[in-house]
Amino acid sequence: MLDSDPTGNGAAHPAKGGDAETILEVTNIEVIYNHVILVLKGVSLTVPKGAIVALLGGNGAGKTTTLKAISNLLHSDRGEVTKGAIRYLGADVTELDPATLVQRGVIQVMEGRHCFEHLTVEDNLLTGAHTRSDGRGAIEADLDMVYTYFPRLKERRKSQAGYTSGGEQQMCAIGRALMSRPQTILLDEPSMGLAPQLVEQIFEIVKSVNENEGVTFLLAEQNTNVALRYAHYGYILESGRVVMDGPAAALRENPDVKEFYLGLSEEGRKSYRDVRSYRRRKRWLS
Amino acid sequence: MELLRNIFVTPFVDMVAAPDFLMQVVWEGLVSGVLYALIALGFVLIFRSSRIFNFAQGIMVVFAALTLVGLHEMGIPAWIAVAGTLGVMFALAWTVERVVLRPLVGQPDIILFMATIGITLFLIGFGETIFGGENKQMITAELGIPTGDFVLEPFGGLLILQHIDVTAVVVAGLLVVGLVAFLNYTRMGRAVRALGDDHQAALSVGISLQTIWVLVWFIAGVIALVTGIAWGSRAGVSFALEIIAYKALPVLMLGGLESITGAIVGGLLIGVLEKLFEIYWGAPLLGGNTESWFAFVLALTVLLFRPQGLFGEKIIERV
Ligand SMILES: Nc1ncnc2c1ncn2[C@@H]1O[C@H](COP(=O)(O)OP(=O)(O)OP(=O)(O)O)[C@@H](O)[C@H]1O
Ligand SMILES: [Mg+2]
Repeated sequence: MLDSDPTGNGAAHPAKGGDAETILEVTNIEVIYNHVILVLKGVSLTVPKGAIVALLGGNGAGKTTTLKAISNLLHSDRGEVTKGAIRYLGADVTELDPATLVQRGVIQVMEGRHCFEHLTVEDNLLTGAHTRSDGRGAIEADLDMVYTYFPRLKERRKSQAGYTSGGEQQMCAIGRALMSRPQTILLDEPSMGLAPQLVEQIFEIVKSVNENEGVTFLLAEQNTNVALRYAHYGYILESGRVVMDGPAAALRENPDVKEFYLGLSEEGRKSYRDVRSYRRRKRWLS
Repeated sequence: MELLRNIFVTPFVDMVAAPDFLMQVVWEGLVSGVLYALIALGFVLIFRSSRIFNFAQGIMVVFAALTLVGLHEMGIPAWIAVAGTLGVMFALAWTVERVVLRPLVGQPDIILFMATIGITLFLIGFGETIFGGENKQMITAELGIPTGDFVLEPFGGLLILQHIDVTAVVVAGLLVVGLVAFLNYTRMGRAVRALGDDHQAALSVGISLQTIWVLVWFIAGVIALVTGIAWGSRAGVSFALEIIAYKALPVLMLGGLESITGAIVGGLLIGVLEKLFEIYWGAPLLGGNTESWFAFVLALTVLLFRPQGLFGEKIIERV
């Protein structure tokens, strides 16, 4: 039922409609930190245009590293893509600097939000438009668009971002990314540290941005439950490898996923031996 | 008893007795203060956007002034020499970014600090080779800076404002206002502030570190040129000017390394206070020459009570 070949062809990744164009394709990338620490050991994934794709996995699985490899923010962490290729709309973007990528429509919302804390909320949003050259009017219009999605930000627009709540900062970070008029947002752990209700609210907004603005999302999440409810397709990472992938609905029903990532099990608790053999099996497959 | 009187009473009596003279002293202090503030702003911009304490700021003042005078000596008209000097300062900013900052990015702060000492020593040597080490005249008149003075008569007394000083205050003031407006209301200015808060986030929205670094080093160069002209007009152009630029250090200690308001207020405060102290306390009680150290003592005293400086940006910590 599940696609055991993560590099599989587009037809096996029906996000919306089944024959959507591929917008982002990561093929077998390896990432090394500090010249020695091999963290991604051949990760491949495909993101269809207009989809919400979830990248799941526990602490240290390599989700953030994968997103930063795509947005090319690895350099300042002394990381490097040493193998494989990243193609965006058919063009190789492995070597492009982040600014060029933002101009091409790919922007990352970093884990932990990273708002500019001494800037006001509105100035934060405006920095998102840094690479744009389509004039003040268009930028103002998008500011209004962001405020419509996040009315809370409009109320707080004159506050220093550092003094706003965690949820507001997450909204600010997403809003800032939207200000670049992106086609694709790489969203890293939007649920981190937020109350369940707020998480739900953020994901609802992600969903409506996806539907109304046609923005594609690749989102990294530890919160498998929420992510699989909103995503169309999911990849599960473990120790720098994709161990499983499939349509979100299928992943939700998969007994292994239920067991290990959703914390549910139909047959009661499995023994540690089973866990280990499961992991080994998945490694072999990937 | 006599001493206490000289410290706590006499100076104030003197101030009230001759208010026109007090105004003269405050004015002289403000003139230096505006220039201190300007130089401190140059430090703050570079520090905020790259976490580098730019030791070379002082020598950049000398270098800019020397280049201006040097170009003019070659027969280039004054205002074209100014444009040429701006070009040289831009080339310097670009080279520093390319040759020093870019390769060293991510290294510990102390390494970058050492690199700016390297830049300082290079500029001293290079400047001497090209322009010679002797004291030169600033081309004040050629630049059309008026050299007369205004004489005012407040309280029936006398207040003399030299045109050079008035020009310096006006130009420096405009530059400060322009810089603050640039930082607060322009796309690039916003990017400079953003970079100061969070490097990675700035990168993630497509702000280019390299562009911003060249920009802030160029701004520091423009500031260096303006201060070089202002001080050079009074003291002549030589490597001794560098010392004056380091007066910006106590300003930074007082105002905080990252605060723009701090640089401005700190600069004016130090300029005025050191002058007042020299005239009313230093000269009569200590035999004068207190201006060389007073600012540092003041700044150190403030640091004891407020390590982040008077205006150091509050570190935002969320619970
Ligand atoms: N700058 C770095 N230098 C060295 N190793 C790093 C660096 N950043 C991450 N790693 C290592 O890479 C591995 C993957 O980290 P990554 O941040 O991609 O995981 P993640 O899936 O995002 O985890 P989390 O859910 O905790 O955010 C971890 O083992 C981590 O220790
Ligand atoms: Mg992560």
